[in-house]
Amino acid sequence: MSDILDRARARVLDEGSGLAEADILEILRLPDEALPELLQLAHDVRMKWCGPEVEVEGIVSLKTGGCPEDCHFCSQSGLFASPVRSVWLDIPSLVEAAKQTAATGASEFCIVAAVRGPDKRLMEQMRAGVAAIREAVDIQVAASLGMLSQEQVDDLVDMGVHRYNHNLETCRSYFPNVVTTHSWEERWETLRMVRESGMEVCCGGILGLGETVEQRAEFAAQLAELDPHEVPLNFLNPRPGTPLGDRPVVDGKDALRAIAAFRLAMPKTILRYAGGREITLGDLGTRDGLLGGINAVIVGNYLTTLGRPATADLELLADLKMPVKSLSATF
Amino acid sequence: MFCDRCGLPAADGDHMACAAARALEPPRFCPECRRRMKVQVVPTGWTATCVEHGLRTG
Repeated sequence: MSDILDRARARVLDEGSGLAEADILEILRLPDEALPELLQLAHDVRMKWCGPEVEVEGIVSLKTGGCPEDCHFCSQSGLFASPVRSVWLDIPSLVEAAKQTAATGASEFCIVAAVRGPDKRLMEQMRAGVAAIREAVDIQVAASLGMLSQEQVDDLVDMGVHRYNHNLETCRSYFPNVVTTHSWEERWETLRMVRESGMEVCCGGILGLGETVEQRAEFAAQLAELDPHEVPLNFLNPRPGTPLGDRPVVDGKDALRAIAAFRLAMPKTILRYAGGREITLGDLGTRDGLLGGINAVIVGNYLTTLGRPATADLELLADLKMPVKSLSATF
Repeated sequence: MFCDRCGLPAADGDHMACAAARALEPPRFCPECRRRMKVQVVPTGWTATCVEHGLRTG
């Protein structure tokens, strides 16, 4: 066993403390031969500190496209020649999407909008939508609406939104290479307000944006400092027309190393498979990640792209004897 | 007829990569007129609307 895995076993598995940035970097640099042992350790950590349950979530786009920001990975930016057109989801369709999600056994439903931050119209749509969902469906409602003011944070709490997603996307040092229309610090400020409001903080990012392995370690350490309730881990799915549209997808073994590294950085967080896993890991890799630190999944489709059928993921969880976290367990 | 992923004429060039990508993407261009469609993805499906040729679902 390598020294770093010995240290990780003592610090993370035995004590429940996350690895520091230098140790995360060592993990990310482990050779392929060490990957099975690394994944087993990350799985042991997840089982000891989080348990066998897997949190299942569905997501839907309330407002698609036409975003004024220039996040270089995103097909919904209005600044790029992407084929994605602007469209709004009506309330009955939103409720139907929540019902479809709940029917999979999911406990979470996240409403997402492609905006810099919500305007009055969007907040009114959210209030009506969240109320309609809570009336018709037994599911926890989360939201992802960009950067918020304190008043908007308070409004979302009042609506009953229990978790707010706002990804930092990548580490602080690389962020200006990915987004130029706002700063990493502006995102951090929204996350600070969300935490203070009592809503659960959901914050992750995307791997494969062109960051170095050192910057991947930096990102994991910065997320650990934030200590979010949930970390959604995306892998770049290069979108036509975006500045990152020609980037290669993340190598599968690098993706698995990253999953394990993020788990060892944050042993107690919900670490969720999000977008890009289908093209980065495929079916076999998806299974390996669930046995290597992942304990949550987005099922079904994403915001502008399609995922595996929910039944495929649910069958995989059953095969792995990983129970779906029930709604009652989230309260 | 047009490729519903890239919007180029279906008869021009090779659209094998588009076809493969479409397994995990909804259509973006109307295959009849190549207009960009309004596409809404939901957890279990998608709808795509062309102002001229109407609604498609998947």
